[in-house]
Amino acid sequence: MTDQAQLLPGTLDLLILRAVSLGPLHGYGILLRIGQISANALLIEQGALYPGLFRLVRQGLLKANWGTSENNRKAKFYELTVAGRKRLEEETASWNRLAGAIAAALSPQPEEV
Amino acid sequence: MRVFDALRFRMATLFNRSRLRDEMEQELRSHIAHRADDLERQGMSRAEAERRARIEFGGREKYKEQMHAAQGGHFMETLWQDVRVSVRTLRKSPGFLTAAVLTLALAIAANAVVFSVLNAFLLRPLNVTHPNSLYQLQHANEASSYQSYPDYIDLRDRNRSFDSVMAFTADEVGLDTGEGDPSEVWIEEASGNYFDALGLEPFLGHFYHTSDEHGADSAPYIVLSYDYWHTHFHDDRGVVGRAVRLNRHPFTILGVAPKDFNGTLLFFNPAMFVPLVEHPVLGANDLTTRGDHWVFDVIGTLKPGVSEAQAVADLNGIGNSLMKAYPKDEKHMAFTLTRPGLYGDYLGRPVKAFMAGLMLLTLLILLAACANLGGLFAARAAERSKEVALRLALGSTRVRILRSLLTEAMLISLAGGAVGLAGSVALLRALTAWRPFVSWPIHLAVNPDANVYLVALLLALGSGLLFGAVPVRQVLHTNPYEVVKAGSGGSGRRRVTAREILLAAQIAICAVLVTASLVAVRGLVQSRRAAFGFDIDHTMLAEVDLSMAGYTGDRVAPMQKRLIKAMQSVPGAEAAALADAVPFGMGGGDAMIFPENAADLLPAHSIGSAYLFHVSPGYFRAAGTRLVGGRDFSWQDDKDAPLVAVVNGEFARRVFGSTANAIGRHFKLKDGTRIEVTGLAEDGKYSELAEEPQLALFIPILQAPNASTTLVVRAKDGTGNAAELLGAAMRSTLRGVDAAMPVVIETRANPLEVAMFGPRMATVSLGVLGLMGGLLSITGIFGMAAYSVSRRLKELGIRMALGAQRREVLAAALGRPVKVLAAGSTAGVVLGILAGKVLAYIVYQANAHDPLVLTGVVLAMALLGLVATWIPAQRALSVNPLVLLREE
Repeated sequence: MTDQAQLLPGTLDLLILRAVSLGPLHGYGILLRIGQISANALLIEQGALYPGLFRLVRQGLLKANWGTSENNRKAKFYELTVAGRKRLEEETASWNRLAGAIAAALSPQPEEV
Repeated sequence: MRVFDALRFRMATLFNRSRLRDEMEQELRSHIAHRADDLERQGMSRAEAERRARIEFGGREKYKEQMHAAQGGHFMETLWQDVRVSVRTLRKSPGFLTAAVLTLALAIAANAVVFSVLNAFLLRPLNVTHPNSLYQLQHANEASSYQSYPDYIDLRDRNRSFDSVMAFTADEVGLDTGEGDPSEVWIEEASGNYFDALGLEPFLGHFYHTSDEHGADSAPYIVLSYDYWHTHFHDDRGVVGRAVRLNRHPFTILGVAPKDFNGTLLFFNPAMFVPLVEHPVLGANDLTTRGDHWVFDVIGTLKPGVSEAQAVADLNGIGNSLMKAYPKDEKHMAFTLTRPGLYGDYLGRPVKAFMAGLMLLTLLILLAACANLGGLFAARAAERSKEVALRLALGSTRVRILRSLLTEAMLISLAGGAVGLAGSVALLRALTAWRPFVSWPIHLAVNPDANVYLVALLLALGSGLLFGAVPVRQVLHTNPYEVVKAGSGGSGRRRVTAREILLAAQIAICAVLVTASLVAVRGLVQSRRAAFGFDIDHTMLAEVDLSMAGYTGDRVAPMQKRLIKAMQSVPGAEAAALADAVPFGMGGGDAMIFPENAADLLPAHSIGSAYLFHVSPGYFRAAGTRLVGGRDFSWQDDKDAPLVAVVNGEFARRVFGSTANAIGRHFKLKDGTRIEVTGLAEDGKYSELAEEPQLALFIPILQAPNASTTLVVRAKDGTGNAAELLGAAMRSTLRGVDAAMPVVIETRANPLEVAMFGPRMATVSLGVLGLMGGLLSITGIFGMAAYSVSRRLKELGIRMALGAQRREVLAAALGRPVKVLAAGSTAGVVLGILAGKVLAYIVYQANAHDPLVLTGVVLAMALLGLVATWIPAQRALSVNPLVLLREE
């Protein structure tokens, strides 16, 4: 557990959007999917997921419907809206630019060698 | 659309709160169940798995709160919470609540009233179809619009810029409906195109039109105003077609004007409209003399697409050609265009300036109120600093705390605004119904409309934000740790703050106003006992319009004699006489007086101007004016006898040097007539109570015949309502002489009301302003004292514990506010005494050195201080050192 990285502010929304981009998921499913795609490297408090989900619904990036889960339980499923898919693409691109820039800045420079 | 959706969503979240809560609970529970399923699959028992899943999940309530916030439903919910809490806390301090609401209500009411008047006179368009294209054709060289009738016709027919050019003039005539006594009414004589050009539709019957006019006396028609029809014809729809008489000439009622139309002048509400071509029949002017500029006002509706400048050039072109064609009669024929409602710039400019000034003043009052309320709020925030610190320490955000303070401010501002607006609406209704002068159709239509409500609401909310913002810095700088540790200890500030100076200035202004209003009230009370130079308590006046009743030329003098005889025989009459005008009455003229030996009668050589009254024999006895020397007039002082006069003391002193040798001396009038002084009357007041001593000259009416007739009748020893009974007897006697003669009977004191109007209004305004200043000062001192007490509560407790007396505690707690009060009051009283000198021009015998006034001011200010410091003083005295020290 201690190996897990703290989330940077603002990245939870991006992870949620990414998680549901592959198909509708309920809250617990989203948590599992994030764990799966990040190889369990990120620490997410379970409850903290829900205010994020509600925020994204209000922004019109996600829509939610009640349905039945694989465990045969009632659950609320979230899926991307068109706006949500667009936002995911933008955010992904901008994140990659940022990550690339930071990585370049932190990598050993020739004069340091 | 998005805004609307968002709003609907918020409303939905507010009203479906419990359903949403259920749903959230369900979702979280579903999450925990799924997690437990997984754990169970890893080999845990179901119960163990569920317990574990719940622990892993964390504080469900906290997340639900956050979900709520994320959804946006939070705002309304916390607002509702804040409101409920605020209402509860406010109810715990009724003194604070009352002071705050009352202060704000007064300030808002003042603003609403002033804005409403401004709105009615300057912003609201006239009640006609195209108010914005309506202009007054004003003279370029002065703020007037009079023309002669031929000029009007030329302007109307030769211009190319106006759709229509209308003209009107006002007149007072005798109306005889055939039922009851004839009465005097104000009419508007308006050109034939008037109603059509203004785009009006009659309420009843029909209007007269241009096609009805065929020269003088060709259209004897009447259109009643709605108000007059309503009050005098009692909504009788049968009036259309009815024949009545104006100044004894037959007229036919055509119809009734629309309900809210009272002519195009805002203050002047005529009883009826009559064609302008009827003017020669009713008055003394004709339609053909080009040099006689009797037409009061000319207005026009500008053609669409024509600019004001083009129209002015057009009119000036006509004016130039008229001046060339009639050089003797036409002098100033250059024009400007102005708004017609206030007679162009004549009233428009002063009203604009006055209302702008007044609006600024009332806004300043509101600002001062906000400053004081800000002080009160700061005191409250300081009192609650411990609570605030505790809430901060427990994790509440500063924003949340500021919001609850602001909610309180908003609640107070809304309550104050509502109370203020209600008060102002009542006042405005009364103002609208008010007729300041009985004999003039002056009317102030200042009913509030939607604009007024909106402005009041905005001002209330704006001031709420303003005074609510005062304690913001205080809260933002609260350090919970320090406050809880140190308590609300006061730092002994000793320098004078801006707030104290502001407060002292307010108190000074308040003291000035209180002084001035007390001076004015004293002056008014005393003015009743002034030396008027005539009796005001036992005399009746009857104003008779002989020309309205058809008596002109040689028929006037015999009729006047008949009237005097008739009055002398009225039961209850002690003496009766006649004058063309009486002091303080309407009409009356003046005369320039020259010494007997004056070589040329240029105005520069005149000794002065004297009030001139033409009176019948016996006038002085009837009026109660004492003759100090010489003799009264007799019926022998007629045209064939030598010219004689009675003068007053001031006249004798100014013209002859003293009263002793005045009898038998001569003086001259401007036309060269030489008159002998045969009598000397006491000095008196003639048109204003506060006037300097004036010259007065009485001339026998038989030596200068005049149709204006006021009968002066003195009651036999006035007991109770003797004068009123006399009035009734006079009316029936006059009816016996000529039933068709318009008569106005009033007490001798009644015309004085007009003269008293100015001083009375000044007194009332000063009183209202003084009251406002007083309330503002009270809240100001209250706020400061409360703040001072709550900051030094601990110090006071320690002092008490060490054995300080109540007096010492009070001195420590309230010393500073009381000092500010004393300084402000002293400055105010000094200024007030100086202002009293200015006041003496308006109010009779206004004297600020009056010990009664000074005592009154000191008492008023002391009372004000007592009221303002009562609650804080109680608080300071009730400090229980034990409780206080334990709390720390």
